[in-house]
Amino acid sequence: MPPETGARSKLAVAALMVLLAALPFAADALGFPATTPLVTRMLIYAIAAASLNLVLGFGGMISFGHAAFYGIGGYAVGILFQHARLSEPLFGMMLGTDQFLLAVPAAMVLGGVAALAIGALALRTTGVQFIMITLAFAQMLYFLFVSLKYYGGDDGLIVRRRNVLFGLDMRDDKTFYFVVLVLTAAFFALVWRIAGSRFGMVLGAIRQNERRVAAIGIGVYRYKLAAFAIAGLGAGLAGGLWANYARFVSPDMMHWTKSGELMVMVILGGAGTLFGPLFGAAGLIALETVLSAWTERWQLFLGPILLLIILFFRGGLSGLVALLSGRLR
Amino acid sequence: MLQVSGLAAAYGDSQVLFGIDLTIARGEVVALLGRNGMGKTTTIRTIMGLTRAVGGSAEFAGTPILGRPPEAVARLGIGLVPEGRQVFPTLTVRENLVATAANRLGRSNPWTLERVCALFARLGERFSQPAGTLSGGEQQMLAIGRALMTNPDLLILDEATEGLAPVIRAEIWRCIEALKAEGQSILIVDKNLKVLRRLADRHYAIEKGRTVWTGTGADLDREAEVVHRYVGV
Repeated sequence: MPPETGARSKLAVAALMVLLAALPFAADALGFPATTPLVTRMLIYAIAAASLNLVLGFGGMISFGHAAFYGIGGYAVGILFQHARLSEPLFGMMLGTDQFLLAVPAAMVLGGVAALAIGALALRTTGVQFIMITLAFAQMLYFLFVSLKYYGGDDGLIVRRRNVLFGLDMRDDKTFYFVVLVLTAAFFALVWRIAGSRFGMVLGAIRQNERRVAAIGIGVYRYKLAAFAIAGLGAGLAGGLWANYARFVSPDMMHWTKSGELMVMVILGGAGTLFGPLFGAAGLIALETVLSAWTERWQLFLGPILLLIILFFRGGLSGLVALLSGRLR
Repeated sequence: MLQVSGLAAAYGDSQVLFGIDLTIARGEVVALLGRNGMGKTTTIRTIMGLTRAVGGSAEFAGTPILGRPPEAVARLGIGLVPEGRQVFPTLTVRENLVATAANRLGRSNPWTLERVCALFARLGERFSQPAGTLSGGEQQMLAIGRALMTNPDLLILDEATEGLAPVIRAEIWRCIEALKAEGQSILIVDKNLKVLRRLADRHYAIEKGRTVWTGTGADLDREAEVVHRYVGV
């Protein structure tokens, strides 16, 4: 799918950025300070969903284990923090760290490396087998972390303080929001570049017909694996940010329901579109927040709403946005 | 350049090719003739590694190619224009051409977007349109352009003019002739004997998965019963 590059789209992106930058101040002024952490959550999930969208939407690989890389990113930050706090060497040699610029890149690298390893095996299959293998790997990691009592096992791991970034007061929700916003913008810019690159075109071609691409002389496996690893990297980033946001990580971050949640975000927002994952993450979290404040059985209402959106708006929320902006024209 | 002998292939348990012999020299245009279901497309698919070979041998530029994955075969310098066009519908014309472009053999005068558009003027007019919105003839031109952008030593055209309007057909034939004039080696499967007689240097007739006849266009003219028997016209 061609990335949105028209003048109108540029204007819309600029408007969105201004809106997001002004949001914490507006939230404070209007007396809804809780909006800032809520939107922070949306942005973190948007990164995770956008990374899944690279494989699911652009590459057509239905990965049902994406939460594994998200969880690995979270645990990277959590474990490094614990070792730093207790001054205990990790693997007998490395020290932990509470530095944002070390811990979060570590989360990304570990997410990417894990994706490379899992992808190298899983991508030898396609279709239902691929779905099941990615699911199986994620569940294996889930149970691995449940059994790691030293890191809290089932109960998870508390990250006492957010990572340190320069002299910023990361405890302040607004400051942390802007850190997340900058990283979200950077990740979406990366996805945009990828989608418009030759690599992105080949990925799109692979989604449409793998054998055809191979018959033209392209090693399909390598392209898919590269996309899968980049997606793992993005999920690791989101996980690392989540560990900082929630100051808590647990095996639930890797559970298959989390993978499912990310898939819902991608599909709800519009798979294979640049901003779909952002709309999807924001939409799902907003619905959850509103519905769960209203009733305990909120999922009963969430289901039909998702169904309606997916049935009636081709391309999910992105389709809806395109439809509305078309009307305005 | 391409040497195939005794090629046998099977879809699962059912064997469809029993003994295909075929050679193509550099700069030559060779036609595969035969009625529907006789194994023309399967021959091409087997050469490309898309269908499993169960016997015989095939070499391209001195390298054995049977048993290699399709991308490895294509990388040796074979450009396939598959039956039914098969462009990537959601990619634009430009993206279809650029995505898989390569000059692996280090050609001095490689194919570029400009050269493809000079060959197929219609593609230039549709440059940023999704390929799925093109007409059948335009999609066929795009499929040929896409194969040329990989700078192949051998271009394989499977039913390149099937189901197209006569005007478009004529245009595609003109382009194939231009390619021939440039010295491009071509293996072609088509039903249009009238054009092939003139265009192809040599012909192979295939029946029930075997090569049963080979000769030039002049031979075809002389041996009218060959045409009748193997091609059914």
